[in-house]
Amino acid sequence: MKKVMMGTEAAARAAKLARVQVISAYPITPQTVIVENLADMIGRGELNANYMPVESEHSALASCIGASMAGARAFTASSSHGLAYMHEMLHYASGARVPIVMVNCNRALGPPWNLYCDHTDSLAQRDTGWIQYYCADAQDVLDAILIAYGVAERALLPIMINMDAFYLTHTSEVLDVPDQEKVDIFLPPYQPSTKLNVDDPKTFGNVCGADLFTSIKYKRHCDTLSLEKLWDETSAEFRGHFNRLHPTVEAYQTEEADVCVIGIGTGAGAMRLAVDRLREEGLKAGCVRLSMIRPFPLEGFKRAIANAKHMIVIDRDVSFGAEGIVAQEVKAGLFGHHGDAKLTGFIAGVGGNDLSADTIVPLVRQAISGNGTAVRAGKTYWAEVLP
Amino acid sequence: MNEHARQKRDLFTPGHYGCPGCGATLAMQQTLSVLGEDTIVVMPAGCWSTLIGIYPYTCLTVPVISVAFGSTAAIAGGVKAGLTIQGNDHTTVLAWAGDGGTFDIGLQALSGAVERNDDILFICYDNEAYMNTGIQRSSATPAGGWTTTTPDSALKVQKKKNIVEIMAAHRIPYAATASIGAPEDLKGKVKKAKGVKGSRFIHLFASCPTGWRHAPQLSVEIAREAVRSRLFPLYEVSYGDEWKLSPMPDKVGVETYLKHQGRFKKMLASDHQDFQKQVDDDWLRLLDKCRP
Repeated sequence: MKKVMMGTEAAARAAKLARVQVISAYPITPQTVIVENLADMIGRGELNANYMPVESEHSALASCIGASMAGARAFTASSSHGLAYMHEMLHYASGARVPIVMVNCNRALGPPWNLYCDHTDSLAQRDTGWIQYYCADAQDVLDAILIAYGVAERALLPIMINMDAFYLTHTSEVLDVPDQEKVDIFLPPYQPSTKLNVDDPKTFGNVCGADLFTSIKYKRHCDTLSLEKLWDETSAEFRGHFNRLHPTVEAYQTEEADVCVIGIGTGAGAMRLAVDRLREEGLKAGCVRLSMIRPFPLEGFKRAIANAKHMIVIDRDVSFGAEGIVAQEVKAGLFGHHGDAKLTGFIAGVGGNDLSADTIVPLVRQAISGNGTAVRAGKTYWAEVLP
Repeated sequence: MNEHARQKRDLFTPGHYGCPGCGATLAMQQTLSVLGEDTIVVMPAGCWSTLIGIYPYTCLTVPVISVAFGSTAAIAGGVKAGLTIQGNDHTTVLAWAGDGGTFDIGLQALSGAVERNDDILFICYDNEAYMNTGIQRSSATPAGGWTTTTPDSALKVQKKKNIVEIMAAHRIPYAATASIGAPEDLKGKVKKAKGVKGSRFIHLFASCPTGWRHAPQLSVEIAREAVRSRLFPLYEVSYGDEWKLSPMPDKVGVETYLKHQGRFKKMLASDHQDFQKQVDDDWLRLLDKCRP
């Protein structure tokens, strides 16, 4: 069924289609529409779930963890400071191996206060053990949430579906909304082999010694590494049902490309337009959108960049004192595989600045020629800095 | 688990890691003896999260989840929500936290859960300081008490927080105080709490020989003296406004309570008088609330 929806509405619809059983959330702009819609769906009897209007994001994720450990499919959504406030429980969720799916609306962290798009909120949570997926459009949001439950419940790892504040949360698109019956076939009910159960009593999260601790963490690392393959397999299965593909890495015109523009999120559309323009100018350019950042999709990334020699990474985020976080990830991905590759990193489109082809084309030219308006700061260049 | 094993099952088996004379272990033993096997325990960091045993050992044979310090009530509420949506409305979800995990870092999540009236039983085993980390003061530590962060050179001056009044202000369906020194009263209250729907809270006084600096064999006696002296009176509150005093033994002075405990040894005679006055004032306030 075709329907016009905002990204946040798509997220709520996906949670409903996934028949989530416990939703626990705390409001924050621009996530609010997601949880408002879900509360209303439950109120109207369209969704059989328990809604917990908790007093904080820390409790939102904590209660999802409790629900998931009791064997229920759990969902939450947050953004920015809310996600930061969850930090402790992010670690707990992945350590407890609960397959929670969360939507994070990528928004700038204050101060100064800013409601607009920035990826530092979720990228700063890279090391919490969550799988991180970044959406390109609202259809991607809806479909990725369904795929995510399939992946999470097989791997017993939590997944964060990231969507750009306002560019994605508050713009409307025409979506293909899958039928419930078909979703039910793709995504059967969650049936964990182990849960909190009085007929099979177990303790969870006890203190343990160093040897076992090490082995448990090693196992989690290996399971997380396997997620790139598991996501792509589950995504292929999803395509079998719904004829849409959502890979961990998306390449555009990279096969013969010398220059490869790399980024995450909604900026990918502008990157493709920029590539078209640069090709008209005779530059052999391509672009890559990383939809997965954790685990880093190394195999897909290596295939996607093909033989490009110059990587240009656009980061809507920064690791202060270092460089863009995606640039760091890409460097780590290149190391040992593309020893002679050059990388130029830009910080652009943060705090509500638009990331259009008009922004990106001059940055690519600057990366090649060395001339442009982006300001060098350490290993990276900042675009759109006030003089 | 088969029926035979179930019938034989002790819910609290020998071999815990608690200190000799630990009041918190008595508290759990008495509580579980009433709640029975249809119980899931949610416990945060605290004495109990270590004394339960180091993996693969555990002294409890009901399901237990060991959670982040400030998250107890939220996780317990989530467990209950997860159970009920799957059709299980009978299992008791017991949130079991120390005073730090209740009065301090756990208070926000507890307030949230009780305001939502989540169907959980929250029991605070109160040993009046962060005992598991080595006796640091909490907001449940009494004024004049020694801890490692309120040392002899800077004893605690602030009064103990009244957690039951905070719960009552939420109009919680059931709140009570109980003590390991009054086991029949404690069991009666746990039984009553088990039968109430919605949020339930029990403030359970649990002596700590290690932190309070008293002989291990005096744990129960000291808990009794806390009740007798009216320092820790026993009462119940329904929906925040029906206050009811539990049977109380004849009154004694606080001196009998203070004298066995090393943590109060630096108090002067004048401090004892202040302490007595505070206990008397609080007792009168309580009697006033309990008046029909």
